[in-house]
Amino acid sequence: MHLGVEEPIRECQYNQICTHNSSPMDTPHTKKKKIKRKWQVFPGRNKFYCNGRLMMAKQTGVFYLTMVLILVTSGLFFAFDCPFLASNLTPAIPAIGGVLFVFVMGMLLRASFSDPGVLPRATPEEAADIERQIDATNGPSGPGYRPPPRTREVLINGQTVKLKYCFTCKIFRPPRASHCSLCDNCVERFDHHCPWVGNCVGRRNYRFFYLFILSLSFLTIFIFAFVITHVILRSNRTGFLSISVFLDGCTVLEVVVCFFSIWSIVGLSGFHTYLMSSNQTTNEDIKGSWSSKRGKGNYNPYSYGNFITNCCAALCGPLPPSLIDRRGFVQPDTPQPAAQTNGTGACPSNQVQSHMCAQDQCIQSTKFVLQAATNPLLHSQPVILGGGAALQAKTSLGGPCSTLGPSQPSLPSSIPGLSCGGELMAVRDSEIHCHHHHQHFISPEETPSPPAALPCATHLGHHVHPAQLFDPASQDSLHEDSVRGLVKLSSV
Amino acid sequence: MAETHSLQDLRQAAVASKVFVQRDYSSGTICKFQTKFPAELESRIDKQQFEETVQTLNNLYAEAEKLGGRSYLEGCLACLTAYTIFLCMETHYEKVLKKIAKYIQEQNEKIYAPLGLLLTDPIERGLRVVEIIIFEDRSIGSR
Repeated sequence: MHLGVEEPIRECQYNQICTHNSSPMDTPHTKKKKIKRKWQVFPGRNKFYCNGRLMMAKQTGVFYLTMVLILVTSGLFFAFDCPFLASNLTPAIPAIGGVLFVFVMGMLLRASFSDPGVLPRATPEEAADIERQIDATNGPSGPGYRPPPRTREVLINGQTVKLKYCFTCKIFRPPRASHCSLCDNCVERFDHHCPWVGNCVGRRNYRFFYLFILSLSFLTIFIFAFVITHVILRSNRTGFLSISVFLDGCTVLEVVVCFFSIWSIVGLSGFHTYLMSSNQTTNEDIKGSWSSKRGKGNYNPYSYGNFITNCCAALCGPLPPSLIDRRGFVQPDTPQPAAQTNGTGACPSNQVQSHMCAQDQCIQSTKFVLQAATNPLLHSQPVILGGGAALQAKTSLGGPCSTLGPSQPSLPSSIPGLSCGGELMAVRDSEIHCHHHHQHFISPEETPSPPAALPCATHLGHHVHPAQLFDPASQDSLHEDSVRGLVKLSSV
Repeated sequence: MAETHSLQDLRQAAVASKVFVQRDYSSGTICKFQTKFPAELESRIDKQQFEETVQTLNNLYAEAEKLGGRSYLEGCLACLTAYTIFLCMETHYEKVLKKIAKYIQEQNEKIYAPLGLLLTDPIERGLRVVEIIIFEDRSIGSR
């Protein structure tokens, strides 16, 4: 929902299509790439549907289970219990049930398919700028000097909050944001990753998630209550236990599902009601960030003071738009992989009306070509430090790194040879399972990097004769990978 | 002193550098940018002018995220219609974002482009930074 720049993009789009049509014959030399939408080059581990309109996490199996459970239980209720109840009690029962069911499904789909508040990754220039600032703050390093972990402190409403640097996204995370290791994205106001919903729960879909579990708890209680009522009424009329076998099976299934669901869902709703009224995230609550046990003056700086305002803000506050432009088009002038020599053929001159879009392209292309040519190592460093998984750079770094790490903890997408990047990444990837009704995957705190990784980071992060660290053979492939990485990074 | 550029001229100009104005989190998670004047812009633009631009942007973002009667009403209405209302209507936040885009374009045309600078709408950078592109000033002689 990039409404601010919709017009320029639309104009770019028009021009791009024009150029495309005007040269229908693609020769192998020009290698005109099909114009891609940004979701197709999105660096995180997400799945997109409906041409970028819908977005989910990678593992969706449990989400389908949730759907099946709700649909089957509700279906059985409407098919077998409602006719009896409508005729014997009141038709309001199926009506209310229907409304509840529709609401539950609506909220579930909205929570599952919307962008939770993913923060787009930093562009290469931003990343470089931040690196410069960090270097400036830390000062020059000598051999054996361990730089402090990359954090910034900020005073919010009287509380000191630490902002951590995300090595994957190359940004200092805003307060309350966290990196989800399952989706490989930084998410604003990260609550947790919910496998039942098949998505992260963050700033943009927390209210849908909460309304989903709240309405689902009402629905399960409703179904449970009326199924029991149905059984009781029938057995009163026709004598004890003389119910048809088929009906029995359905009833048993409904009762069992509802019974177990009630305990978990109602409990979860209660927990989230508490969280919402105190304006905390699951992440913060689990870590005890604002608990009074941590210190006397420890309080939640984000809370509005009273629970009504907190709830209203969470449920009825303004809904921010998605920061990742999923359906926008990738600017074709952004750096192409080194293999394609004239890859910028697509749209070099759609600069006519949209000055922002066009200038960006012109600027980007010039700048990237210059930078890639003159300073390959400046850009390959972000690749090495943390972008391994995202950028899929499969080159092996030579000597210096392999001597450092004593043990290489494995990554979900571990890349052999990227030992330094691997260590820095692995620190983040230890998942914390909370003892909760549902398994919520919470992205781990970025603990200070193990000592072994740091000298490596020092070598790489401080442009100190970087040429010596790489053997010439791997430099070309590094360069290629860095440019490929730039395509992905800059396509944000 | 410096030759004035129009936006069209900037297309041909080479980028000398980019300056990033980071977010200011001292008021919490609301969108607010630091008004500290970057050193690289000292020779290019008046400090007050720059600060005024950033402050106006901050005010506009504050307006977008403001909690009040209007946003609550919109939220409740949306909830009651199962959020289908946003298929025909755009959210208050989106309306303000459009206003911001217009403001930035206007600022670029009137003030920044003539000085060889270009502001990038923060929404294009995920509301992380205000990116200011500094173009080479050819009139003075290449750097």
